[in-house]
Amino acid sequence: MQVVSGVLCPFCGCCCDDLEVIVENNTIVDVRNACALGASKFMEYATHRNTKPLIRKNGELVETTLDEAIKQCAKILAEASYPLLYGWSNTSCEAIKVGLELAEEVGGVIDNTSTVCHGPSILAIQEVGIPGCTLGQIRHRADLIIYWGSNPWSAHPRHLERYTALSEGRFQRAAWKRYLSRLILESARKRRYRAAGRVLKGGAAALPPTEEERRMLPPPEERKLVIIDVQKTRSADLADIFIKVEPGGDYDVLQALRALIRDEELDVDRVAGVPIEELEELADLMVNCRFGIIFFGLGLTMSVGKSRNVEAAIKLTRDLNMYTKFLIMPMRGHFNVTGANIVFTWQTGYPYAVDFSHGYPRYNPGETSAIDILSRGDADAALIVASDPVSSFPRRAVENLVKMPLVVIDPCMTPTALMADVVIPSAFVGIEAEGTAYRMDHVPLPLKKIAEPPKGVLPDAEILQRILHEVREIKGVS
Amino acid sequence: MEFILITGRTIDQGKFKEHAKITEKYMESVAVCEMHIDDMMKIGVRDGDNIKVITKDGSVVVKVKRSKRIKTPGVVFIPFGPWVNSILPSETEGTGMPQLKGFKVRIEPTSEPVPDIKELLLKTYGSKK
Ligand code: SF4
Repeated sequence: MQVVSGVLCPFCGCCCDDLEVIVENNTIVDVRNACALGASKFMEYATHRNTKPLIRKNGELVETTLDEAIKQCAKILAEASYPLLYGWSNTSCEAIKVGLELAEEVGGVIDNTSTVCHGPSILAIQEVGIPGCTLGQIRHRADLIIYWGSNPWSAHPRHLERYTALSEGRFQRAAWKRYLSRLILESARKRRYRAAGRVLKGGAAALPPTEEERRMLPPPEERKLVIIDVQKTRSADLADIFIKVEPGGDYDVLQALRALIRDEELDVDRVAGVPIEELEELADLMVNCRFGIIFFGLGLTMSVGKSRNVEAAIKLTRDLNMYTKFLIMPMRGHFNVTGANIVFTWQTGYPYAVDFSHGYPRYNPGETSAIDILSRGDADAALIVASDPVSSFPRRAVENLVKMPLVVIDPCMTPTALMADVVIPSAFVGIEAEGTAYRMDHVPLPLKKIAEPPKGVLPDAEILQRILHEVREIKGVS
Repeated sequence: MEFILITGRTIDQGKFKEHAKITEKYMESVAVCEMHIDDMMKIGVRDGDNIKVITKDGSVVVKVKRSKRIKTPGVVFIPFGPWVNSILPSETEGTGMPQLKGFKVRIEPTSEPVPDIKELLLKTYGSKK
């Protein structure tokens, strides 16, 4: 039995690097320190996985050799006039680098999954910049933590515990005890309400709130947690303040806060369903904190307004810096989506949606982004690496994607692989292959190899190298 | 009846997608629509019944689940996954990003079964030649 420590979790953008994995005879038997999502990845990666290269013949996917699959993939890409190379956020920076070389060689478009998550955030950042920092700084110093349109409890379960409200910083205490007592009070309140509902006329509503049920903010020197969302998520149960915004109302609330922190009067009672007193209270907290941070999620980027919502959030942060120190950071989803943006940028100058069809990199999201290319039906072949667009893209884009010659490189049989013409199984990066990943705050971290991949299964980087070599052979370039 | 649909992540969706998306557990975690009890009564469905969610781009059958979290009637939630994505609009308004949260859907009760992943792909995108 071998205990591998300091393992990075290849799941979400938190990139927790304190995992301990117990390996016995090349099998992972236990994992410590991971959340339910990370543990599920380590414990289940080997079940239901695909280990055989497949090729479509007479409408059926049948087994083939790796050489044959690679040759077929290279042929599809080399013959296409506008291939799309998509995915990249669940693999290593080393593989992404080869992918970019391949995209240039075949004159295609290369796009990563930020196109359907934080693409609008990137557009906003390119407009107005971003005051950022590392997560370590936040852990040690932030006394006001705001999650906007993000539910870390479900999507980044250890974010609160490792980097924000529940973490023990050098200058800030963890707020565990406060949250636990709040949860106990809340469940007692629910019990009382249920009982009252059974005996009192008028039900639970007839019971006046007791003293401890009224919201009490912690003392000024203590760290505070604010959640702003369209529904009361599990993360919101922990919050000192929860603000519920009507769907699509984030932009209005952000702009209202910008006005309030400048001491302007708002002549309305509510903004997007939020009472103005709640916003005034939040504006006060923001102005009076010593170190504040807004973490924003897909609630801003996927709702109406998209990049304009993020732009307003960044501008609010900029305004707040007139009074105090305030920062803002996107909650990145896949473990190496930040790495994909970084490698794309240092190789081509652009973070996603890069078009090589003119022989040089061009970038115009809305035109050169994967969903638009697919919805218009422009691409004539696709290579999908470590991603599942059939599950994550909207209907029209998928309809066109599955019509064209489609190659998938992935360790699992995803819905996209089920619709592919060539499927090449790959090793799980961070479990069966090493590499580099960037955490959401742009800190590069090493991914470890802790188990051997099944026989004949190669890492993404190696498969892509071989495809690139084949493409060059076909094109007669050395 | 018309509702506002929100899509998003859940712990189960994250956990079971790692078990492979062709499993029943994954389907149970994402082919569900969480609704407020008042809305369920309005359209006449009970926990575990099947409903059809319709947009201008298509329709999909999922199971209905009474939500303890949704406090406002009129808003429904479906976790990210191939079921909900098969009815989402593709327009990106020049941003590269379709609107995946907060758009209108129509919901009605149905006796049709919830398709498994293979049936869903076949029904929505046809078979690959
Ligand atoms: S929070 Fe994210 S990176 Fe950390 S253990 Fe959980 S899934 Fe892995």
